Amino acid sequence: MSTASLTYAGFFFVVYLGAHLATRYAVPFADPYLLPIAGLLTAIGLTEIYRLNPTDAFRQGIWIVVAVALFAATLFFLRHDYRRLERYKYLFGVSAIALLLLPILPLLGLTVNGARLWVHVGSLRFQPGELAKIMLIIFLAAYMREKREVLAQGRLKDWGPLLVIWVLAILVLLETRDLGGGLLYFGIFLAMLYVATARIAYVAGGLGLFLIGAVGVWKVTPHVQDRVTIWLHPWTTSKVYCPISGHLALRQDCQSYQLVKSLYSIGYGGYGGTGLGKGTVANLNGKQIIPDLNTDFIYSALAQELGLIGAAALLLVYMIFVLRGMRIALLAEDGFSKLAAAGLTFGFALQTFIIVGGILRLIPLTGITLPFVSYGGSSVVANFLLLAGLLLVSNRANREMLR
Amino acid sequence: MNKQVSHIGIAALVLLSALIVGTTYWQTWANAGLADRQDNEIRLVAQFSIKRGKIYAADGRTLLATNVNKKRAGRTLYFRRYPTGPIFSDVVGYSTQTRNRTGLEQSYNDYLTGSNANLDTVLSSALDKLKGTTVTGNDLVLTIRPSAQALALRLLRGKCGAVVALDPSTGRVLVMATNPTYNPNLIENRFGVATRTNAPCGAPLVNRATAGKYAPGSTFKMVTAAAALDTGRFTPDSHFYDPGYCEEYGKQVRNAGNPEAPETFGNVNLAFGFEHSINSVFCNVGKTLGAGTVLDYAKRFGFYSLPPLELPESERVASGLYDHGRLFDPRHPDTQVDPGRLAFGQERLAVTPLQMAMVAATIGNHGAEMRPQIVERIVSPAGKTITHLQPDQLGRPIKRQTADELTHMMELVVTGGTGTAASIPGVRVAGKTGTAETGRGNIYTAWFAAFAPADAPKVAIAVVVENQPNGFGGAISAPIAKQVMEALLR
Repeated sequence: MSTASLTYAGFFFVVYLGAHLATRYAVPFADPYLLPIAGLLTAIGLTEIYRLNPTDAFRQGIWIVVAVALFAATLFFLRHDYRRLERYKYLFGVSAIALLLLPILPLLGLTVNGARLWVHVGSLRFQPGELAKIMLIIFLAAYMREKREVLAQGRLKDWGPLLVIWVLAILVLLETRDLGGGLLYFGIFLAMLYVATARIAYVAGGLGLFLIGAVGVWKVTPHVQDRVTIWLHPWTTSKVYCPISGHLALRQDCQSYQLVKSLYSIGYGGYGGTGLGKGTVANLNGKQIIPDLNTDFIYSALAQELGLIGAAALLLVYMIFVLRGMRIALLAEDGFSKLAAAGLTFGFALQTFIIVGGILRLIPLTGITLPFVSYGGSSVVANFLLLAGLLLVSNRANREMLR
Repeated sequence: MNKQVSHIGIAALVLLSALIVGTTYWQTWANAGLADRQDNEIRLVAQFSIKRGKIYAADGRTLLATNVNKKRAGRTLYFRRYPTGPIFSDVVGYSTQTRNRTGLEQSYNDYLTGSNANLDTVLSSALDKLKGTTVTGNDLVLTIRPSAQALALRLLRGKCGAVVALDPSTGRVLVMATNPTYNPNLIENRFGVATRTNAPCGAPLVNRATAGKYAPGSTFKMVTAAAALDTGRFTPDSHFYDPGYCEEYGKQVRNAGNPEAPETFGNVNLAFGFEHSINSVFCNVGKTLGAGTVLDYAKRFGFYSLPPLELPESERVASGLYDHGRLFDPRHPDTQVDPGRLAFGQERLAVTPLQMAMVAATIGNHGAEMRPQIVERIVSPAGKTITHLQPDQLGRPIKRQTADELTHMMELVVTGGTGTAASIPGVRVAGKTGTAETGRGNIYTAWFAAFAPADAPKVAIAVVVENQPNGFGGAISAPIAKQVMEALLR
């Protein structure tokens, strides 16, 4: 045990204590499981990031402090009644779209791995999509709460804003070439629509529309076609055209390099794993095999080092989080709170599914972070805000119940 | 609304359960398939994190393969070094990052990496893994005598060929030298340099002792004579008349020597014909016995099957008739094979030096053929011997009496026949020369097969030298055999 790792442990303990005291003060009736689960996931992530790259772990530590501060501030300001947020629903909706469009702006935007998802100011990078997700959920919860009945009737006038959102989401998806983001936003939208209207036909219709949209995007965007090809045929036995180098190469040495190496990493873990810190992440020449290991592919590093037992335990922790989140939605008394809690929880679960499912080749792989675990400032901040939202809803519901 | 919330809650849990199923698939079901993938670098790193066992020559001191460790990304990796360089390369082989393993490095990989199923090894490897210490493989001690091996290679310098020496009574491989050879230390980074050779032929990576296919020429007369005596159809005193040729299919098959004026011996017996390697005598023996019988005896000696040795299968070839590069086992030998030319080792015969050494060793060992073996013992990292060589009799191709009569005929070759260059003062040497036509003018493959001492042999040897213009086995290969035998008998 080195001084560095002890320092990290001490630091993490202090930050967690801060978060705990903030919740005790601001939301004393809130669900007692969520914060410890978030703390556990964050700690697992930080440990793995530290093991992979101590410099990144330091940055991640700073972002955790920022995230916990914002978390505490959110709880503090909204502790009496978060429902006033409803009043600003259009502001949230417009901000979400604006944030999503931010990376398209010429000076601010940054393309990483073929998807334009980043905003950078100097050396500071940020993925606005993470925050947009939460704003979108608040907008949808407020809007749907108000228009529940009429939406269920299916009048075109009331559908207007939603269709606008759908078209914009597809356009954003087209422009940022972010298949995973598109799937996430649209999945959240459909889930909330179903909760609000109880009309399964909307879900089916929405899925149909999404599929049409996705096929359209697939037709016109080589980047998306690539993702699907990689998903279906990651290995080739003969050399094919490699768009990255412009030469012929085996696909596993070219486009599907990261996916394939990540599968090797997961497979090597076996039942029991190699043990934390004892996994193989570098090749014989000492070069890290998977470049994005601590962000998008952190699950494959964890699966190797913790094995099936550890990886399954990790996923079970996510499932507990989802169970508690849905329980909060069930207990909440008003429609806005229900929709918000359900949307936030479903978004959390769907995001986990999209990245881990992509890594496991269940669906095409798209770069998105694993909540609380992956390295990345915007992700940590957004997830702590999501947690704050769930705690606020839960606090109110439990307080009302005790009265 | 609560019903819908529970519905999407269930949907979310189903999605997350699918992740557990997916992870289980890759970590259990597909696990082995992924590990076998060529581009799986993790597997490679795991292999090089193991401290492979060392390989020693028969003296237990001469180090043939060892490790150097390098720190890479906080992990100690072990890379192979071969202190004796090219002298043992064709037997020991190599283990590198980028190429397939060869030689004993390949066939004994399990032992060398401590992953063999032996109980001791399993326990100590598992303990190493638990403690997080480096897994250390088992050491090999070979049967090869380092000084004789070096001498054999020195004698082959500038030539292409091979020397194989066996202990006839136990099957131990005492020398297995082949030239051209290569430096295994250069395989990884300078493959082009490693495979360059000054010898007048190519393919330095091929172990000619076990995978070289040569026309045996008159050394095959050991097999023909064994068949002749063992069937009881001939005795060493059987009478022949040699006109300098033998009639086959209405044509003259001439004795060796100047084709215009071949040597003519007149009235001789079988032993004399053997001593002076008279083709017409053996041609007639072959015609009498028939190709089928001769090939049957060849099979008894191990022809038509891979020579049993611990080297990888891909590095061994079977001896026998070859038709268009493929082993040819005739269904009707008496019509498909020319018995006369077969009897003196031409036809389409191709043999390995190891096979000819096995024939000589069997004759020396009174007709009992021993399995050739190259690994003397395997020693655990703690110094405990896990297994040691057990001599194993493959069979008894010929009767004891046949072997003893043949031994006497082979002694005549060295005392007064074609193989006098192999005689060692004070030691009874039994041998047989061979000068095989290659089908190219005056270019011959020079052979010598022998064992000594004749009454209780300690060494049997086969020497082959390729592409000798006007070169006779007795002049070129017999002296090499003599020096190597002397070194081994000392």
